[in-house]
Amino acid sequence: MSRVYIAGVGLTKVDEHWWISLENLMTEASIKALDDAGLSRIDSIYVGSMLSLILQEQGHLGALLAEELGLSGIPAMAVEAATASGSAAVYAGAREIESGRADAVLVVGVDKMSDGMAEEVAAAMTSSERQEYTGFIGATFYSINALIYNLYMDKYGVSQEKIALFPVLCHEHSVNVPHAQYPFKIKLETVLNSPYVSEPLRRFETTAIADGAAALVLVNEETARKLDSPKTELLIEASTDYLTPFQREDPLWFPAVQLATSRALSRAKLERRDIKILEVFDATSIMAILSLESSGFAERGKAWQLLEKGELSLSGSIPCNTFGGLKARGHPAGATSVYQIAELHLQLTNRAGKNQVDSARAGLAQSLGAVASTAFVTILKEV
Amino acid sequence: MFRIKIPRYWRHKDFRYRLNAWRCNHCGEVHFFKPLVCRKCRSREFNQVSLPDTGKLLAYTVVRSPPEGFEAQSPYIVGIVELDDGTRILSQITDCHPEELKKGMRVEATLRKIREDDEDKIIAYCYKFRPTV
Repeated sequence: MSRVYIAGVGLTKVDEHWWISLENLMTEASIKALDDAGLSRIDSIYVGSMLSLILQEQGHLGALLAEELGLSGIPAMAVEAATASGSAAVYAGAREIESGRADAVLVVGVDKMSDGMAEEVAAAMTSSERQEYTGFIGATFYSINALIYNLYMDKYGVSQEKIALFPVLCHEHSVNVPHAQYPFKIKLETVLNSPYVSEPLRRFETTAIADGAAALVLVNEETARKLDSPKTELLIEASTDYLTPFQREDPLWFPAVQLATSRALSRAKLERRDIKILEVFDATSIMAILSLESSGFAERGKAWQLLEKGELSLSGSIPCNTFGGLKARGHPAGATSVYQIAELHLQLTNRAGKNQVDSARAGLAQSLGAVASTAFVTILKEV
Repeated sequence: MFRIKIPRYWRHKDFRYRLNAWRCNHCGEVHFFKPLVCRKCRSREFNQVSLPDTGKLLAYTVVRSPPEGFEAQSPYIVGIVELDDGTRILSQITDCHPEELKKGMRVEATLRKIREDDEDKIIAYCYKFRPTV
């Protein structure tokens, strides 16, 4: 089985890009990634998108992107796994390289939420839940998070002031990030005084409408040796769970995150203590907390202690969401997980600018679809 | 423009009107919608069961950013109810204000309008839970 390397990354700024089309967004990220790798030819393309079929009524993103890149003729297709769609594309691309069928694959995550009205986007986001059940009664992703949030505070006796530190951390990290949607600091009081989205969940504990595309060039060992660009080795594993958390044994535990994390660590022959940078999927503050706990980087009911002690800050023992995470870099749905992986790559290749974390040799990114119904875990290693 | 597709809506009305569901013959797992394979034990044999229409409220919240089709109802309450047989069900909570609710309080099922087709004005109904008086 061939090893997989990232040889190039390309990011667009996360923003409401009213004057840029879905096609131009994903093409821009792709060109940047190909230029970063110093490659003009690739064997195939995988695109991850969650919302394009709903908001732009645009399917067939594989052939579309190949055409936009002047690469028509090569195999290209889209894959979907809700908000983890980008990771699903990475998974498909990585498996193609591992199998020996491809030398170089372009992987792109894209979504453009600003083409929808707020209600359309809210409805589109519930497509990752069981529509005939959750969607039918008007329960949103955020309301399900709010219910879990309530159960969590009850069970562990942790207050909202502790959990709401997560968005504060993310904004601290986004300040110097050119591609971040919200590159400014916020105070805990700002989070706690922001309006409710769904009690107890507040606006600043969630993400906003965002457009963005991120791309990676994945290559095999032989191609990696020929290219001069900075590289990291990539390992990706995945797991799934029931669509509705309340149908699971324990809604406060994400078995998919636990499984995918263990699989990825074991394949990378690493222990948790070897991971020096972490990307968690903070679609809401409580999701970040539960992901930290389910993946074993924090004890159950105690993830807030890592926040309070500063362990997750840039100078901490395990810096987390070093470019601002979903909250502050932004969360363009299906594109987000490719941003997470690209950002780990920038860290491990010493191109993280003012946010550079010292002496990290391996990083781990968790990407989730809905409330951990899908979990992808990617480990990048310095080469 | 929100539309209701009749066949898609009607095929699930047994569950939505009467809380009729399926219980796995082997492991007892409850499935709200007609299953072919049990998600827990992979058995293919089920009995149709009528779920209890009373239970307790485990947690609740208020939806303030509604999806399409629910704008007129917002804000509305969504809760997670543990039925008397232990089944957890997600539901709108009705006939009360959020400040009247308490975790652990008894609730009962009732049949209510859930939403309306914007063009044909067809009304879709569903279970909702309300505090037991």
